[in-house]
Amino acid sequence: MQFASRKKKLVSNPKTELYTEPLQFYGQPPLENISLSEFEAFAVDRLRLLKTVENSGVSMVKRGDDYKKKLESELKALDFPYREDVEEPEKRRKDHISHFILRLAYCQTEDLRRWFIQQEVDLFRHRFKGLSPKQKLEFLHKNNLQYNTISGEEKEQLKNELLNSSHGVSGVSLEHDFYKVPFQDALDLVRTRKVYLKEGYAYIPQSEIVAIVLNDFRTRLSKALALTARSLPAVHSDERLQPLLNHLSHSYFGQDYSGQKNVGKISLEQIDSLAGKSFPLCMRQLHKALRENHHLRYGGRMQYGLFLKGIGLSLEQALQFWKMEFIQGKVDADKFDKAFAYNIRHMFGKEGKRADYTPYSCMKVILSNPPSQGDYHGCPFRHSDPELLKQKLQFYKVSPSGVNQILELVKGMHYQLACQKYFELTHNVEDSAFSLSHPNQYFIESQKLLGGGKDVKRETETPQRSQENSAAKGPAAAREPAAVESQHLAEMTANLETDFLKTDF
Amino acid sequence: MSSSDYDPACLPDLLPLYYRRLFPFAQYYRWLSYGGVQKSYFQNREFSFTLKDDIYVRYQSFSTQNELEKEMQKMNPYKIDIGAVYSHRPNQHNTVKSGSFQALEKELVFDIDMTDYDDVRSCCSAADICSKCWTLMTIAIRILDRALRDDFGFQHLLWVYSGRRGVHCWVCDEAARKLSAAARSAVAEYLSLVKGGEENVKKIVLTDPIHPFIGESLSVVEHYFPQYALQEQDILGRRESVDKVLALVPEDVRRELQQFFQNERNPEKRWKLIKDQARAKQTTAKKRHFDKEIMLQYCYPRLDINVSKGVNHLLKSPFSVHPKTGRISVPIDLKDLDKFDPFAVPTISLICEELDQLKPEEEQTKSEDSKEKENEKDTAEKRKNRDYKRTSLAKYVKHFDQFLDGLARSWKGELLRKSDLQKEF
Repeated sequence: MQFASRKKKLVSNPKTELYTEPLQFYGQPPLENISLSEFEAFAVDRLRLLKTVENSGVSMVKRGDDYKKKLESELKALDFPYREDVEEPEKRRKDHISHFILRLAYCQTEDLRRWFIQQEVDLFRHRFKGLSPKQKLEFLHKNNLQYNTISGEEKEQLKNELLNSSHGVSGVSLEHDFYKVPFQDALDLVRTRKVYLKEGYAYIPQSEIVAIVLNDFRTRLSKALALTARSLPAVHSDERLQPLLNHLSHSYFGQDYSGQKNVGKISLEQIDSLAGKSFPLCMRQLHKALRENHHLRYGGRMQYGLFLKGIGLSLEQALQFWKMEFIQGKVDADKFDKAFAYNIRHMFGKEGKRADYTPYSCMKVILSNPPSQGDYHGCPFRHSDPELLKQKLQFYKVSPSGVNQILELVKGMHYQLACQKYFELTHNVEDSAFSLSHPNQYFIESQKLLGGGKDVKRETETPQRSQENSAAKGPAAAREPAAVESQHLAEMTANLETDFLKTDF
Repeated sequence: MSSSDYDPACLPDLLPLYYRRLFPFAQYYRWLSYGGVQKSYFQNREFSFTLKDDIYVRYQSFSTQNELEKEMQKMNPYKIDIGAVYSHRPNQHNTVKSGSFQALEKELVFDIDMTDYDDVRSCCSAADICSKCWTLMTIAIRILDRALRDDFGFQHLLWVYSGRRGVHCWVCDEAARKLSAAARSAVAEYLSLVKGGEENVKKIVLTDPIHPFIGESLSVVEHYFPQYALQEQDILGRRESVDKVLALVPEDVRRELQQFFQNERNPEKRWKLIKDQARAKQTTAKKRHFDKEIMLQYCYPRLDINVSKGVNHLLKSPFSVHPKTGRISVPIDLKDLDKFDPFAVPTISLICEELDQLKPEEEQTKSEDSKEKENEKDTAEKRKNRDYKRTSLAKYVKHFDQFLDGLARSWKGELLRKSDLQKEF
């Protein structure tokens, strides 16, 4: 019997009896009391973990060995369960509690939820795959996922279809069981067409049951977050928790480049030259398409419009800018005011639910809303044909060796590194000295380097700002300890940011 | 048959007539109330109207068919969109606690727009269509209809002509209406093969093994390809088109084909050469499918995923008028799909004119009817309900009726089940 020789003085913790399962769906919230410092520490560690999951997901192939090793080492370093065959109730407890804490921080907006769900699903996938076949079956049964297998005759009848639809899966043979599952329960497999569909049912080989489980996990988590959001007001009224939760969700976004500081510092006449000098390739492409076609579709307007907001265009300037362009196309002034002005005001939070939308980060541009026919948005390093990308780079006077370096990075799926290389080559520097994660960041760094014109400040005030905000609320007396708490946390999370900015992935 | 010349400036005069005498309100209500299986289904449905001068109003909702009729006759919308069924009456959404007003259900919808094919059609571009490129819609409907039925198990599909350059599909099964946004997105992605925007030359790459869905879709495309692509679009005729096709073929094969083409002008023979090359390469390490990839890139349906994803997405309503062309968004009968001609679809001016021409005849038959006095009160109603039957709109409403009959059979089962549960006798 092992006794953890740490701060805990308990001889045997009855709570560890709860943690007999290597993996769970997080159906039940933890019911114990914990100290505020443990609360914080657990939350920050899990956030670190999820950020590693995110970064690894973008720069590595998700089922590859590199990915597995990276996650395993991170889990180990942060004291989370990393080997499901070893009984580690303490770590499982941390896993359980930290998950629920982050739910509180990440249930508030659609974006936060989406991010949280994505990382938790990826983490879950990694851990589920680490289970032995026996553990997997146990998991299925314990969680009431009873799916039906198909009969031998049906298998024989559908032989060809079954074999031809499971190419993504290794080792699929007709000897194994096939499960017949309603397609709504196997969305990940349906989406990627990795499964045979007939009359609304997906025919899943035993080895692919992971996808089903993930789908289930995702759905449950999504519902749970919606419920959590409703009880948030009660949680926020606890002054010890509110600053902490705010910091957690802000440190995800980190610098959101919402451009509040920079409004009015750019003039419309500068845009063309700025596009050539300081815009990342994606925005340069959008700007060019806009100038040439006098039009951009919705996806392009959002990506480019929000970027412009981030570099400092005001609403009035934006309206003028887009109108000037569209009028030269097929849109007359009236139609612009009716159809497109609304969209632009919406971007600035002046319509609809009045959300002030933030410019898209690289992650968002790369991973969501891929461009289709007639679109110019997306990330050129991710979404363009290598041939066309090469031509474009050559057109923008990148040296042949530079082009090759970039193409190599693209091949390895390091899109942000490719963009950074583009930055280095076009600005004539050896090392960009920053880790690119946002188009507006590219712009700011470029302007800094070029000694540029207006006062473009780096937004490092996020922790202090939140502190001010939370200090502004609530009775003065209770503010004292909370302010100290939040400052401490601000430091912790600021460190988190810089650590990640330094990560080369 | 040519439609009366439609002039958008006449819409303000035509619309009132359309909404008073021709719009099939009874069928429309029958559809959207879905047999009354779910309480308030119709009442909680969002409609949006585009009025004169591009005024757009959302969150319209109605308690009864009568109210819908009266409102539409009052507002005379230029365009009508149908949205989701919400948790509360949309026209009261401002009174609902924020966060509680949610879109709950909606038909699964698809929108195929001809402009998305501009890179592969030579006859038209942008908003134009012609009989040559319309085949693309025929192919799209065949492929998607089969997949939605055979693969996904849906049964109640309503295909509608959008009025100008495309088609919409409304999947009305209960299971479809209850799908989450994630599920809709998954279905749409399953059905998407053509990937890539301006920056991609090659938009489809097939790898072995070929999924049964792709196999089925290819069969459909292969049926239409020779006539549509080789003849009508002449993709292997003119120099630029040939170059575009060859750009989709691996470099080594391209050079060989370019040489062959020097001596072979016939498009069918050229196509055979391409196919032969693909087969020839299959004996080496990896199979090559560039012939199939070409067919798919030129013909496979291109859907706008964003339309299908959202539960709350608003889509143009069937029987809505298209303000630019005047054409009515009519349901398409798949039994006559190959004969469907978008230019034969009635315009609002045509059917209004047909209505005007009927009046004298109608007066005659009425006076000959001896039961006239008894039914006087009803005739006004009946006349209104029968009016569309005497115009070119008739066959489309009839088809819609048949579609609704099919749907109704599914409601009966539901209602029975429900009353059993409640032990109503």
